Amino acid sequence: MSETELKGNRRSRGRIWFAALAGTKCKQLCSIGSVLAGDTDLGGNRVRYLAVVPDPENRFPRARSGELGLEEGWILAKHIREVTEEHQPEVRRPIIAIVDVPSQAYGRREELLGIFLACAAAASAYADARFAGHPVISLVVGNALSGGFLAHGYQANRILAFDDPGVVIHAMGKQAAARVTKRSVVELDELAGKVLPLSYNVRAFAQLGILHELIQGVNADAPTETDIKKVEEALERAIADARVGSRNLDNRLRSPEAMQTRKASIEVRRLLTAQWRGS
Amino acid sequence: MNSATSPQVLALHPFRRSFIELNARERARSLMDEGTFEELLGPFDRIKSPWLPAQGVVPQSDDGVVVARGAVDGCRTVVIAIEGMFQGGSIGEVSGTKIACALDLACEDNEAGQRTYAVLLLETGGVRLQEANLGLAVIAEIQSSIIALRRHTPVVGVIAGMVGCFGGMAISAALCSHLIATREARLGLNGPEVIEQEAGVEEFDSTDRRLIWSATGGRQRFETGFVDQLVKDDVAAIRAALRIAFQQGVPAKNRSAEIDKYLAFLAGIDPTAQLDASAVRNLWERA
Repeated sequence: MSETELKGNRRSRGRIWFAALAGTKCKQLCSIGSVLAGDTDLGGNRVRYLAVVPDPENRFPRARSGELGLEEGWILAKHIREVTEEHQPEVRRPIIAIVDVPSQAYGRREELLGIFLACAAAASAYADARFAGHPVISLVVGNALSGGFLAHGYQANRILAFDDPGVVIHAMGKQAAARVTKRSVVELDELAGKVLPLSYNVRAFAQLGILHELIQGVNADAPTETDIKKVEEALERAIADARVGSRNLDNRLRSPEAMQTRKASIEVRRLLTAQWRGS
Repeated sequence: MNSATSPQVLALHPFRRSFIELNARERARSLMDEGTFEELLGPFDRIKSPWLPAQGVVPQSDDGVVVARGAVDGCRTVVIAIEGMFQGGSIGEVSGTKIACALDLACEDNEAGQRTYAVLLLETGGVRLQEANLGLAVIAEIQSSIIALRRHTPVVGVIAGMVGCFGGMAISAALCSHLIATREARLGLNGPEVIEQEAGVEEFDSTDRRLIWSATGGRQRFETGFVDQLVKDDVAAIRAALRIAFQQGVPAKNRSAEIDKYLAFLAGIDPTAQLDASAVRNLWERA
């Protein structure tokens, strides 16, 4: 087992689910080992799957554990725009981001070479695909943290996640957040139990109303054929839903959960819109 | 002298007026033509963060974001100013939604044929950690709104200092059609302390001010092509820079879509050696 796998204490879920969904035989389109891209048929759609995975050989040392680094951002953008720039506008192919990113890459080279722009490259490619009418679906199988998630997954029309303790969607990794806020991990967990948006639990995240579906009862580390079928069906439903829905992100504020937990967002939008149009 | 119509004349004026010293509301007002500043969802609407009081933080009645509509150099514009003095300009549910919604309304106006420019005054450390997941969620919404609007009209980001622009909002800055910075500005994804914590002091010494400014300062960002205009800390200079940004219009290709160019640039990097700011400037000049 490689150092990267030991560090993560489990095999890469991004790699596992890319293999499970895109298939082991699908043609690998990427020139670097840390980004997987391939096309497969799913329910009558030719979908493009994308994943960022650990690569101990990554030439940028700060991006060897599956982090969203410089090349990862730009390569994702390249393989997303390949789909949006195909000359078949009548067939808007779905793009599916398989998300298991521990963070963005932290490093001096990354800052100097503009990792913020590399993240923007991927985020804007996903968003442009969504605005052009491609169903963009994000499937969170493991970590979806911070800038890594902003670049890879958060611009999707529909976000799906496994209801699994290993799934963490958060603004900052727990250890890093503890160090930055000078709190212990235990204190952080206590606070997160009281303040919903601080929680590291995916069920608490689901209460924010941002998720389209929390997929139950799937073995995230060793999926069976039944698990894979179940996830494919969820993806097909999400693709169909995205095709008929709006192309912006307003569905995230219309869910029953958002009506409860995002009252402030809804009120800001209602009042600001009224004032803008009224005067 | 008419400051509304002659920013270039003002720029030559010997008495500079500092932009950095102004608060968010004054910054927005200072960029707008006389008598046109109209604040929307202002402090008297009293929409505060619902999450801060439970954590012992006193909320602010504008949540640290000023949305102002009016004219900039005669052009209908929405200026969105983040107050760096409130919680480090961090983005929470309310402040972030104000930004995203204002951009969406400008987008609707443009789609309806009414040209409306957008200016973002970015002084922010990124996600407000007290609202963690909602902070990140609204930053994703802001990014979506910038990307939607920039197809119609220039979205201009201004990073003046002293807070700088970090975290998820650095990604938002990179999505802008046009970026303006001062020498006092910094722009980066990860703050120096976080890099040191995550990667070690050999990777990034957060006490080394020269290193920090040489890597993420406004001048370096301009000289390595991440920022379009470098301006003095002067209201008139920033107004003149906005005029240029508006005149340039929607770029033929946004920086964030220059995939081949940046992949070629990265291909020329040798990551086995550590980099410094001057090396990146040299590489960029040759790219």
